[in-house]
This record gives sequence, structure tokens and C-alpha cells, in this order.
Amino acid sequence: MSTNVTAQHSILSDKDDRSLVSVFSAYVVSATLWLVFATGVGILMAFKFGAPEFGAGAWLTFGRLRPIHTNATFYGFASIALVGLAYYVAARSSGAKLYSAALARIGLVLFNAAAIAGTVSLDLGYNDGDLEYREWLWWIRLIFLAALVVTAWNLIVTVSRRNSADIYLSNWYIIGGTLWTCIIATVGVVPWFQYGLGQVAVSGFYMHNAVGMWFTPLALGVIYYTLPKLLNRPIYSYALGVFAFWTNLVFYPIIGSHHFEFSPLPWWLQTTAIVFSVAMLVPVWGGSSNFLLTMRGRTRDMMQSYPLMFIFVGVMSYLIGSTQGTLEAFRSLQEVWHLTNFTVGHSHMTMYGIIAFAIWGGIYALLPLATGRQPGRLGMALHFWMALVGCFIYVASLSIGGTIQGLDWVHGLPFIQSVVDMQSYYVWRGVGGSLMFLSHIVFAWNVWRMCYGPGAVPSPLESLRREEAVA
Amino acid sequence: MNKLVLIAGGSTLVYAGLALMMCVLPGIELSNVPAGPGVEPLTALESEGREVYVANGCSYCHTQQVRPLNQDKVFGRPSTAGDYKYQTPELLGSERTGPDLTNIGARQPSSVWQYIHLYNPRAVVPESIMPSFGWLFDVVDRAPAGVTPVPLPKAYAPARGAVVPTHRAEALIAYLASLKQTPLPGAEGAASGGQAMAGPTTTATASAGATSPAGGYDAAKGAALFTANCSACHQANGEGLPGAFPSLKNDAVVDKDDATKHIQVVLQGLHDAKVSGVVYSSVMPPFAATLSDAEIADIVDYERSSWGNHGKPVDAAQVAAERAKGK
Repeated sequence: MSTNVTAQHSILSDKDDRSLVSVFSAYVVSATLWLVFATGVGILMAFKFGAPEFGAGAWLTFGRLRPIHTNATFYGFASIALVGLAYYVAARSSGAKLYSAALARIGLVLFNAAAIAGTVSLDLGYNDGDLEYREWLWWIRLIFLAALVVTAWNLIVTVSRRNSADIYLSNWYIIGGTLWTCIIATVGVVPWFQYGLGQVAVSGFYMHNAVGMWFTPLALGVIYYTLPKLLNRPIYSYALGVFAFWTNLVFYPIIGSHHFEFSPLPWWLQTTAIVFSVAMLVPVWGGSSNFLLTMRGRTRDMMQSYPLMFIFVGVMSYLIGSTQGTLEAFRSLQEVWHLTNFTVGHSHMTMYGIIAFAIWGGIYALLPLATGRQPGRLGMALHFWMALVGCFIYVASLSIGGTIQGLDWVHGLPFIQSVVDMQSYYVWRGVGGSLMFLSHIVFAWNVWRMCYGPGAVPSPLESLRREEAVA
Repeated sequence: MNKLVLIAGGSTLVYAGLALMMCVLPGIELSNVPAGPGVEPLTALESEGREVYVANGCSYCHTQQVRPLNQDKVFGRPSTAGDYKYQTPELLGSERTGPDLTNIGARQPSSVWQYIHLYNPRAVVPESIMPSFGWLFDVVDRAPAGVTPVPLPKAYAPARGAVVPTHRAEALIAYLASLKQTPLPGAEGAASGGQAMAGPTTTATASAGATSPAGGYDAAKGAALFTANCSACHQANGEGLPGAFPSLKNDAVVDKDDATKHIQVVLQGLHDAKVSGVVYSSVMPPFAATLSDAEIADIVDYERSSWGNHGKPVDAAQVAAERAKGK
């Protein structure tokens, strides 16, 4: 595959290459700004658990910041970063030029317009119903949908102009994820089947799929491209990747209702969700063992390369976090963990541990190839270790605290006891969160260096040839 | 090109089919669940209050779903499909940082408490980490005619002036007051039977099956029950809040040998009561339906033996007798 890529460069014009690089860096810069903003809001919220009067007033009240944090992380940071990476991966792995840089820029403007309008309106108190991850008003979500459609179109045409008969696995995940998410965004916004309990069924589907059929496939697509490239060896098993693709597609959409166990949703719907949550072990273990087997025997190379270490953490989080998700779906464990902070720990282990680490691994691996500018090793080290240790403290404290919270309820203690018992764990969460936030500031510095920093080479294409000739 | 059609088109078709099966069809089916008996649409003011609830993200910390689990019995009977007929957007929530509010209108009927708590939760629950919603209130020199200022404890009141709720706060409190579960007919036992039965089970869970010895009084259990059911208003020190909730310390009813009135108040609740010469406009909820005889005896004994009170202790049999009389 890498031979394809290298060979292809010779027939691509310098101008096409430059436009792909500028699209890629524009997406990364934009995503980075959203990351710093969204996690800054997260830190402010973490402080509020210990000091509820900190940041008083309507605009900074917890209930308005919470959806701002989640939506800005999802649709500002993660979506924009993954689409930027997807354009680069799709074009390079297909040996084709990006179909339309203008369309990609329109998409970026639409993504940002939606995220800005959503953030401002949420802070003014315009929330579409406290429905998780679709709190933006319906017309703002339509802007996001338009951005998705533009992206899907651009990606499909790019891949259709590939230079070989085969479509590389990354593009299966990238194009699939983008198209499926167009459906998710559509069913989430259409109101006709969303009254009362009907809307609960839709919420279960939406909140689950918006994460697992959008961010996960794109992140996997990025790993399927980046990992072989960094290790300079093919993926362990192409067939296993294809198998994981189809099983993930069939199992994952069925399990959304496990977010509403013990609710008045029909019991069969909940049970079906639990059964397929177990089935999800198939694509999760299939996918992660495929990655781990690709890395086998290369521990020393892994330790030398921060991009690889980011991806390694992403893969391990995929394995551990998703397996934890399966366990959490069992009724016996939901009885204790449901509605506690354990869930918040899980969502950070997955969204942060899998998605954010895969994004960072992808950016550190591919952006220097595109721009010819390198981030400093110390910068990457600081980012990696602060993010990893911070996330570990965050997840560990909320998992332990959440378990205690759930047991307090099971033991029939007065409710306020569970609030009191969480206090020290909230403090530790704040410590972990602060480290994570600091690491993002360092990441922003690294992005600046990769886009505008020193170490410029005459032509990005030249540097690509040099870098990729090795690969 | 054909391969692209297969992968992009094929997988999208599969996905669309699954979205139809797992999202759209259940959505259509469940949108048409009829209202449960007694479940009514909200009034205009209550709907407005619900919008305030949504706009400020109350449901990120408060659920509105009572699960059919022991630990949820304190919040009411298990929620049923018919309860949600008029609840769009749905506010079931995914986190319970604060307590469930499905039945809060019945569990805390006092709007005075709700206003104080909304203005600053720590004024009534010192350990609370809920944000203050002072910006839903106005501070005025003098409350206009017909408006009762919120009787805040001195430590939490502004230095000067009276605190009165804005229209948005009034709507929100009206909405919270409307959150009352309707009794389920039939199998679960008559009327509030479902709730009455909840009591003993909760106790069994709470103290691992240790039934209190006849005539004895379990101080730890009494304290826990007081914290869970009473201290939000009467406070942990039993002194209540001046002008809002009466003190139980040296109270004529509590600190007295004859416990009849004391037991009756806990069973039946109280409103517009005159206590030690002060009339309290706040409403105390009845506990007959939610607590067992033994639990009420524990609470009553805890109150009669705490804060310097020396009332004569009672036992479950006395509570049972009062319960029978009270109907």
C-alpha cells in the first residue's frame, strides 16, 4: 500500500498536494481550539463539584456548561479532527488527490458554525430538551448534518478516483462512519416518533450511535492507516479488519437501549441490547487484536515513537473500555453502577482514551508528513504523559467513587450520604482533569509547531517523498 | 467503483434497516402508549416551569425514572410507560448526582422549602453541591403586596432587602410541585399500597434484616431515617429554620409524654400549622404511605430523645394504633 502512495506522488501536482495539506492543517487547528475550549469548560465544571458557588450566575451554571462541554468535545473537537484526518487518509491511501478542497473548507465552516451557534445558544438557555448529545436546537443540528453530507460526498468521490481496484480498509470505516452518521443525525432530529417514551427509545439509540458509529469507525480508520505506516509493515490481517467492520455494523446499532436499563422501555428491548452488548466483544476483540498483532515484536520501536505510543493507548483503551462497556450492560452490574459517576468514568475512558488518543496519534504521525514541520520531542512527551496520567486518575477516581455511590444507594443510606462520600473522588477527578487540560495546552503548542513552526522545507511534496520513501 | 457501491451503499442500507428497527419503529410504537390512569397534561405555568428546568439542565443531575429496584423505593413506585405520556422532551436523565425528582411534588410539597433551596441549596441542606439559583430571584426593598418574601436564614439572605421569586422561579416550583406519581390500580394492591409496602423492604435492606427488638429503639436507624425524611426542613440540629420550618427542640408536641399528636403529624402531615405562636405556611408531607410503623416509631423516638428532648418513647404498636385511628 505504501508503495502505491509513494508512487502516486510523482503524478500528483505540487498544487494538489498543497491544498490537501492546507485543508488537513486547517481542520487540525480548528479542532485544537475546540479541544482547549471544551476541556477548559470541563475543568470549570470539575471545580464546581467541590465549590458549588464557584462561577455563579446563569451563564456559568453547571446545567448549561455540561451540554456545552459534551457537544463541543464531540462535534467541535473530535468530529473536526477526525474529518481532517479522514481527508488526508482517504486521499493518500487511495493515491488520489482530494476531490474538492473548496468543499472541504465549506464543511469546516459548517462544522464550526454549528458548534459556535450551539455553544452560544446553550449558554443562553436554548436547550432542545436535555437529550444527551443532541441538545443543540434542531436547526443547528441541521447545519451539522449539512457538514456531514458535504464531507461524505467529498470522501466518496475522492476514494472513487483511487488508483487501484481495492479500497483500503481505512476508507471502509471512514466512508461508512460518515454515511451512517448522516442517518443518525436525521433520525435524531425528525420529531414524528419522539413523544414521551418513544423519545426515550430514540435517545437510547442516538446517544449510543452518535459515539460508536461516528467517532469509533473514523478513529479505527485512522489507526488502520497510521499504524502500518509508522511500523512499516502491513496490518496483521486484512480479513479480520473486514470481519470486525461488518460485525460492528450489525451488532452496535442494536445495543443503545442498555442506557435505559430498568426504565419503562419494553423489557425485551433492554434484553436484546444486553445480548448484543456481549456480541460486541467480537468486533472489539477482533479489531484490537488485529492492531496488537500488527505491533507484535516491535516494542522497542513503539517506545521510541510518541505517535505509536498514543495509538497504543488508543488501542488498549478500545480493548479495555469497550469490554468494560459490555460488562456494564449486565443487569446485575447496572443495578449498582447505573446513574452513578462510574458512567462518567467509562465515557471518558472511551471518548478520551480511545478517540482522543487515536486522534493525537494520527495527527503526530501524519501532520508532520504533510507540512514537513516537526513537533518537539519534549512537547510530545509532556502531552502524552500528562494526558495518560490525568486520564488514569480521572477514570480511576470516578470508577471507585461511582461504585461507592451505587453501594450507598443499595445499602439504603440517606441520599445525601452518597453526595458526601463522593467529595474526595470529585477532588481527584479535578486533579486528573487539570492534568488532561494542561496536556491540551501543550498539544496546542505542538500543533502550532507542526503547522507554522520552524523546520520548514522548500516544498511539502519534497518532504513527503523523503519521509515516505522510507516507508 | 462497484466495490465502493457495495461498501458504502451496502453498509448504509444495513444501517438504515437497523435504525428503522431499533429506533424509528420502537419510537412510533412507544409514542402511542396511552396515559396511565390519572396522568394529566401540565398546566400552562407548569409547562413554562418545565422549560426553565430544561434550559438550565436540571436533568443532568436529577433523574425522573424510578427503577423497580429496592434502592429506588425511596423515590416512589416504579415508573410505568403510561407515566410519560405528556413528557416531551423526555427527562429520564442518566445521572443521579442529586436525588430523583419523579415524585418530588409528593415527597417535598412545601413550596417554601423549594424556594429557599433553589435560592441557595446549602441554606437547607448544608452538604448539598447543587448550584445556587439566586439569579431566578429578585432582591427588592419591600415585597409587593400579595407576595411573600422567601424566608431565608440570616446567613444566606442578602444584607438588606427582601428576596422574591421571579416568574421563572414560580413556574419552576409549580412544575416541581406537579411531579406527583399517580397510584397504580389493580395488582400492586389498592391505591398507595405499592408505596406502603415499600417501607419494610427498604428497612430490611438498610439494616441487613436486623428487626428492632420489641419496644426497643434503634438510634442509628432513627438518625438515618430522620436524615433521609425530615432534616431537609427541620435540620440536623432539630431547630428548623425561623419563619419557615418549626423547631422540634423543646417543642410542645415532641417534648411531651403523650405522643398521640406527634405520631399523627408524622402519619398525616400538617399545613398552615400554628407552632409556638407562629403560623407556618409550609406544607409537611404525610408519611403514612411511605414509611412502616416501625420506621415511624424510630423517627418519633429519635426526635423525642435528641437535642435535649425527653419525650416518652413510643413503639410500632402505638403507631399502628394511631394509623388505624387516623383514617
